Amino acid sequence: MNEVAEERSEARPALEVADLSFAYDRKPVLEALTLAIAEGEFVVLLGPNGAGKTTLFSLITRLHDSRHGEVRIGGFDVRRQAVQAHARIGVVFQQPTLDPDLSVAQNLDYHGALHGMSRREASSRAEAQLARIGLAEQRRTRVRRLSGGQRRRVEIARGLMHAPRLLLLDEPTVGLDIASRRDLVEHAHQLCAEEGVAVLWATHLIDEVRPGDRVLVLYRGRLLADGPAETLSERLGVDTLGEAYDRLVGEENA
Amino acid sequence: MRPTPWLHCLRGVVGRELLRFLHQRSRFLAALVRPLVWLFVFATGFRMALGVAMTEPYQTYILYEVYIVPGLVGMIQLFNGMQSSLSMVYDREMGSMRVLLVSPFPRWYLLICKLLASTLVSMVQVYVFLAIAWAYGIQAPALGYLFLLPALLVTGFMVGALGLLLSSLIRQLENFAGVMNFVIFPMFFLSSALYPLWRIREGSYLVYQIAALNPFTHAVEMIRFALYERFNMEAVLISVSVAAILLALAILGYNPSRGMMARKGG
Repeated sequence: MNEVAEERSEARPALEVADLSFAYDRKPVLEALTLAIAEGEFVVLLGPNGAGKTTLFSLITRLHDSRHGEVRIGGFDVRRQAVQAHARIGVVFQQPTLDPDLSVAQNLDYHGALHGMSRREASSRAEAQLARIGLAEQRRTRVRRLSGGQRRRVEIARGLMHAPRLLLLDEPTVGLDIASRRDLVEHAHQLCAEEGVAVLWATHLIDEVRPGDRVLVLYRGRLLADGPAETLSERLGVDTLGEAYDRLVGEENA
Repeated sequence: MRPTPWLHCLRGVVGRELLRFLHQRSRFLAALVRPLVWLFVFATGFRMALGVAMTEPYQTYILYEVYIVPGLVGMIQLFNGMQSSLSMVYDREMGSMRVLLVSPFPRWYLLICKLLASTLVSMVQVYVFLAIAWAYGIQAPALGYLFLLPALLVTGFMVGALGLLLSSLIRQLENFAGVMNFVIFPMFFLSSALYPLWRIREGSYLVYQIAALNPFTHAVEMIRFALYERFNMEAVLISVSVAAILLALAILGYNPSRGMMARKGG
């Protein structure tokens, strides 16, 4: 990586999406989506199931491609500069993606290797991440024996091993109990504050939004609102974010 | 990128495949029992019915057991390649395929790493099988076991790439059972794995023609000749070309914008 490129990445937003559209079988899933997320910003992508959240994540991570629109990570185009762009993204997918038969350390080593790390480098980075989430003791434990909340935290630790500038989490609290859910939301905010990593947190659960979070409301592939949680309800003249959300979605359906 | 990160990536993918293989002891056992049943049960019975005459690359009259060993080696690789792609379909549903595909390395490289990993697993299975066959008395020349290595590499890539291509076309796991029936069995039975081509020709000209066109026939012949320290140019050329074409198609199948992934949403 040369220094010019490095500088460019520092100056640009962690994520830029410009005029992005996508369709499955001619059925539009995302329509002309435009948004930007700054370094170290915590953004909640709120929308019901089927709003297009997972599709947006697939396009950002280039599991799919769209010929309409552009996605940039730290200034790097995911299509034309895939290597640089991918190196700056950490992902926690909706489905669990840890290998249950392998140990925590083996899973993390695999991820490190996929990012071109030597075994030693992967191991030291994994150790640092595991220490932070309080699972250093469980390094040799098989993933199968961890709780759902622990697995999720390991997946977040994995997503941060290569020091990305943008962390994508696709409904990471699915299947967790209330306490684990709260811990996970707390954990992600902490990361954002401490590491300066930008977080895009997709959810359909309004109670995962905290005061101060920037909220994007996605509905049927279109962005209905973008702003801090408080101003959103103020603007619509309602008391809570829940009402604001209902209002937005209701108007859309009318 | 410098070369070392690429090697780390390869090490990671191969290491994971081997670890998974070690953890699935039942898979290893099944992979071994299948050809051994053929060798000990099927071949013993057929030896009485079907003496095999002198045929290339063998220099003497041979027993039927000796004849089918290379075919069973091909069978091990065929099943392993398909099973590995079955796990790709499964992985994709489970999401760990996504972990592979969001790596910053180019997708063609990731898929080649994955194929190499599953081929290495199949080689372990093949050599264990050959060791048992050796103990049973089916012994090839020592150098043949060495010459076999590149042949196994080509066959492993051929069947693995076919499996990958199929996994990019098939979305549902259920459909894969159909592929087993419509891909594995025809490929194996309509080939020279169990009977020499000239003998099939005596039985049915049509089946002979299909078997002669079947790339798996050429892979098995490549393996057979290599095991007996011979080089079958035609078989090698056809096997390498088919492997290369299937690999190119599989890479295309996993391309985010052109392949099936984009159309089906993977």
